[in-house]
Formats: sequence, C-alpha cells, structure tokens
Amino acid sequence: MKRGFAPWADPSQQPLVRFDAVTKRFGDVTAVDRLSLDIYEREFFALLGPSGCGKTTLLRLLAGFEAADAGAILLEGRNIDGVPPYRRPVNMMFQSYALFPHMTVAANVAFGLKQDRLPKGEINARVAEMLALVKLERFAHRKPHQLSGGQRQRVALARSLAKHPKVLLLDEPLAALDKKLREETQFELMDLQARLGTTFVIVTHDQEEAMTMAHRIAVMDHGHVKQVSPPADLYEQPNSRWVAEFIGDINIIETVVVSQTGDHAVLETAAGRRFSVGGVADAGAQAFMAVRPEKIRIALTPPLGGGLNHVAGRVVDIGYLGDMSIYKVRLDDGSVMRASLANARRGSERDIVPDQPVWLSWPPEAALLLTK
Amino acid sequence: MSAFGGAGKGWGARLVVIAPYAWLFALFLLPFLIVFKISLSQTAIAQPPYTPVLDLAAGWEGARAFLDGLSADSFVLIGSDTLYIASYLRSLEIAAVSTALLLLIGYPLAYAMARAPARLQAVLVMLVVLPFWTSLLIRVYAWINILQRDGLLNQALVRLGIIDEPTTWLATDAAIYVGMVYSYLPFMVLPLYATLQKMDDSLLEAAADLGCRRFKAFWAITLPLSLPGVVAGGLLCFIPISGEFVIPDLLGGSGQMMIGQTLWSEFFANKDWPVASAIAVVLLCVLLVPIGAYERMQVRRFEEGR
Repeated sequence: MKRGFAPWADPSQQPLVRFDAVTKRFGDVTAVDRLSLDIYEREFFALLGPSGCGKTTLLRLLAGFEAADAGAILLEGRNIDGVPPYRRPVNMMFQSYALFPHMTVAANVAFGLKQDRLPKGEINARVAEMLALVKLERFAHRKPHQLSGGQRQRVALARSLAKHPKVLLLDEPLAALDKKLREETQFELMDLQARLGTTFVIVTHDQEEAMTMAHRIAVMDHGHVKQVSPPADLYEQPNSRWVAEFIGDINIIETVVVSQTGDHAVLETAAGRRFSVGGVADAGAQAFMAVRPEKIRIALTPPLGGGLNHVAGRVVDIGYLGDMSIYKVRLDDGSVMRASLANARRGSERDIVPDQPVWLSWPPEAALLLTK
Repeated sequence: MSAFGGAGKGWGARLVVIAPYAWLFALFLLPFLIVFKISLSQTAIAQPPYTPVLDLAAGWEGARAFLDGLSADSFVLIGSDTLYIASYLRSLEIAAVSTALLLLIGYPLAYAMARAPARLQAVLVMLVVLPFWTSLLIRVYAWINILQRDGLLNQALVRLGIIDEPTTWLATDAAIYVGMVYSYLPFMVLPLYATLQKMDDSLLEAAADLGCRRFKAFWAITLPLSLPGVVAGGLLCFIPISGEFVIPDLLGGSGQMMIGQTLWSEFFANKDWPVASAIAVVLLCVLLVPIGAYERMQVRRFEEGR
C-alpha cells in the first residue's frame, strides 16, 4: 500500500496543505520559526520531534486554535488565515480525547453532525457507520466513563472522522495506551487511513510509531523542520548529524575529508585513523562519519585483507535486549563505539565477553558521510 | 489481646470514623431531639417555660407522667393557623427568588473568574471571600445606611438625575433581596468557580473543532457540566436563606414575616417555646427534601466515578 505512493516526488501534484514560512511566537518563545511544509492528499504524515519542538503548535495552527504571527497556511490552495476552527474542514483527535463526559458515545459522535444541521436519519446512519468502523456498535449508549482507555480512544477517533474531514489531525493519539494496544492500534489506524483515503497528520514523540505508520515524517526541532522524508530514507539517509542521532542509534566519528574519488571519500580522524565512506564532500572539509550499530561487524580476529574501516578495541559493556545484544567497545583512542548483533539463535552464549579484544569493521556503503 | 484487636484496625483508624459521628450526635442529633421534645410540650409559666419536665427523682411514675404530658398541639396549631403557612411560603418564595438572582449574578462572575489568567485567580477568590472578614451584622447595618431615605443610594441617584426625589428602598422586598444577594454571593460563587475552574478547556476546543460556535458550546458543554456546581451553590444559598432572620428583620418591612422572624417572635415575644420548636422542626423537614435530592445526586455521581 505504501509503495508507489509518492505525490511529493511529482511536481505536477498540488499539496493539500501548505505551510508557507509560518511563524508562531508565545511571548519570548518562538514555537514555530519560518516553517514551510507541504502535505499531500491521502498522505499519512507524521510530525516527529522532542517535546517543545513545536509539533503540537503546528497542528493547532492547522486546526485554527492558534493564529500564525507570520506566513500563511493554505488548504487546497486557499489561505485559511482568520477562518475560525468551527468553519475549517479539518478535525482533530485530542491527546486527552476530550470526549464530552455528559453525552453517550453515540451523542459524542453525532455532535459534529448536529452542528451541520443534517437530517436526523442521516446523522443516525453516519453515527452507526462510524461506530461500526471502530467496532463500538455495542457501546453506543454508554457514557465515556464506562469505557476502557482503548475504547475511549476509538470513540474520539470516530467522532473526529464523522464529518469526513479533508484532514484529520491526531495529537499523540496513542500516548495513553499501553504498549501492546498501541502496536495493534497503529496498524488499525494505517488500515483505516488507507481505506478512507483521508489525509492524516499525526503528532508523536515516538519514532517507532512514526516510522511504522507514516508515508513521510517531518523531524522537528526548535520550531524548524530538520528533514522531511519517508521513514526508510530518514533512517538510512539522514541529512544531518542531529537527525541521524535523533532517529535510532548511531556512532558518530568526527573527521576531516582527505580525498574524494568518484562517489567515495576518504576521511581521517584527529588520531590519524582513515575510513572510506560512500558520499561526496570537499577535500579538507570537516565531516562526520556515521554508522549504525547493526551495520557493524564485531569479530574476535582482525578482518582479512586489512582494508579501511576497521578498528580494534575492548568490550566494556554488553547490553542484552532479548532480540539483540549491544556491545560497547572502547577503542584505543578512548572513544566508545556501539555494535549490535541479532540474537538469531536461542541460548547461544557468544564468545564475546567483557574486556575481550575485538575488531569492528563495516563496508564503506554502510557508513554515512554527514557534513553538518 | 484486646477484644478489638482482631479487627486489625488501630484506635486511630477507629477514631477517624467515630469522630464525625460523635460530632453529629453531640452537636446536631442531641440538640434536635431536645428541640423535638420541646415541640411536643405545652407552655407554662415556669422555669423552663413548658411542661412536662422529666423528673428523674420520681422514678417510674415520673416517666409515665412525662409521656402523658406530651402532645402534638403545637403542630396542630401550625397546620391550622394560616399565619404560619403564609410565613413558610413567604420564606420559600424569598429563598427561591434570591437563589435565582444569585445564580444569575454569581454564574457570570464565577465564569469570568475561572477564565481569568491563573495568576489573577487567587486574588479574585480572595476578593470574593473578603467580606467574611467583617461581621454579617455590621455589613447589613451598612446596607441600612446605603438604602435609607437620605442614604448613599438615593443621593447618588438624585445627583445623577435618574430620579427627582429620594424613593423608599429600606423596608421593602427589594432591600431584602439586595441584602440576601449581597450576603450569600460567596456561597454561590465559590462552588460554581470550583466546578468551572476544573473543566477541561480541550472540551470547548473539541466542540469548536466539530463546528460549534462559542455561544452554543456554552449551552451544550459548559452549562451541563457545571450543573453540580449550580446545585451545590443553589442549596448552599436556598437552605440558609429559607431560615434567615437578620436580613429580613433589619432591611425588610413590617409586613409579612419570614419563618425565621416568626420563630423569633414566638420564642422571645410570645415566650411560646413549644410552638417555636415546632416551627423549627417543620422547617427542617421541609428543607430535608432538597437536601435529600442533592444527596442522591451526589451518590449517583460518586458511583459514576466522576
């Protein structure tokens, strides 16, 4: 379903939502800083970042709860500045769910439809349809306090979808659920989004959640978008050290570019160690070599051939995570690198023990060359 | 081992449970039983001014004489004399109108307080409570000064050209309502503020998001969710206003008396303790109806887990 869907790569496509140099300040704090972003129809888009990065503010700007200090927000090409929340064809699912406690589940779902003064029969039909969508038909006459957390979450979802919004905004929709339910719900949300074809914009601080569900992810920090990419690109092709370190685990080594041949560069650390990395950079420039722990081979003997990209060190710590183990290795120059190995077989005691000399190696293509 | 040791609860825990009941028994139930007993007595020119009085020294015979002496005459009198019934009705009417006025004034006040910036809210609550620092009696006397013929209100109105010559404010129903609303406003505002203040703002955002304008959202969301505060504030005002004595006595006219005034005159002017006590017992029974309804609502709310 995800494959082949890439409207952002097609210059003829018009974005459904466009943030054009939007700025929002709260007192001295600039929550969103000259931010530009395009979101396309039928897209499942995630805003990911640490708390306070401005992702929720961006969502609230789109919903109309906040007004931008500068810049424009366009929906289907029209500037929606000054349009009050109750007139925007956009609905939000709140982090707290914000269910009306004095109304039944059915009345909560019907609330938005009643504001549009739809005929009663149509409202009832749409409520039934929505409750069926989230599998809560049997709970229509319950009050929110009689439901479990997961059921409340689904009522909130049904309520926000009932008006068939052009864009559905989801503010940390799964944060209040336990891990197991959260994972199930992730797939339900993806399935729902694919079936309805509604554009979803989700705010989350959980990168696994964003990676699992979204077509594209915008990584945010301090009111700026650091990178907008599909999940795999974000992981494999981060555009900066900040993004590389934010997404997943990674080893970063500070180097200087020695030479550039074809699509490979030779990098050198301050201690004189040289690495070959796929990528392009000017000779003499500062650069970071970045390599993810699972792409490093850990061995008890030096790699054959003794090419570039291997280092020697001693194991200082082993972290057993169940599905894999992480080895912390102290190199001769005192720095620490992390390598991980999948625990493919059960109960296999590895030969690698703490304080053991080991060699780490990785092919040039496994490493990244980052210049900022 | 002590006989109570098996329950596994210390004396401290027991005390916590017993203390409020002991308090209610000693300071409410016991005095009420005394009042109830007096209401079944008859006036006498004696000390105390009623019979029968239980004479423990006379033993069994004394107790029998005591029981034979009890009668329901006072209750029969209250039920048959329209003076008392009219007095009750007037009290309930004044209490109902005052409570309605208090709600009309108190709700917007509490709403504005709950919407004020967080820093300001503590100050506003303080200002609402501030009148309590002065005795009620003094504050009501101050109102006499304001409302009397050459008082501040008439002076201001004449000077502003709204009226040509002073009108009568004091000793009218209007004065009673002014006094009631002024004195009981904190009791209305505080519970309302408490419910409005803890309301989740995201509910109103959700309403707006679903296409509901602000004004409509107030009626659909805010008001229904603040009903517990409305009921609590209403009862906190209605019940004491029903039995109010000071305010109607000082600000009201000499016409129809409220039940508190009737009770006072039976007790002090007529020296008829049994009828005064019977009035108090009937008033309590009348007020038990709204209290009971409120209690049932609270229990239901508790069971709903809100």
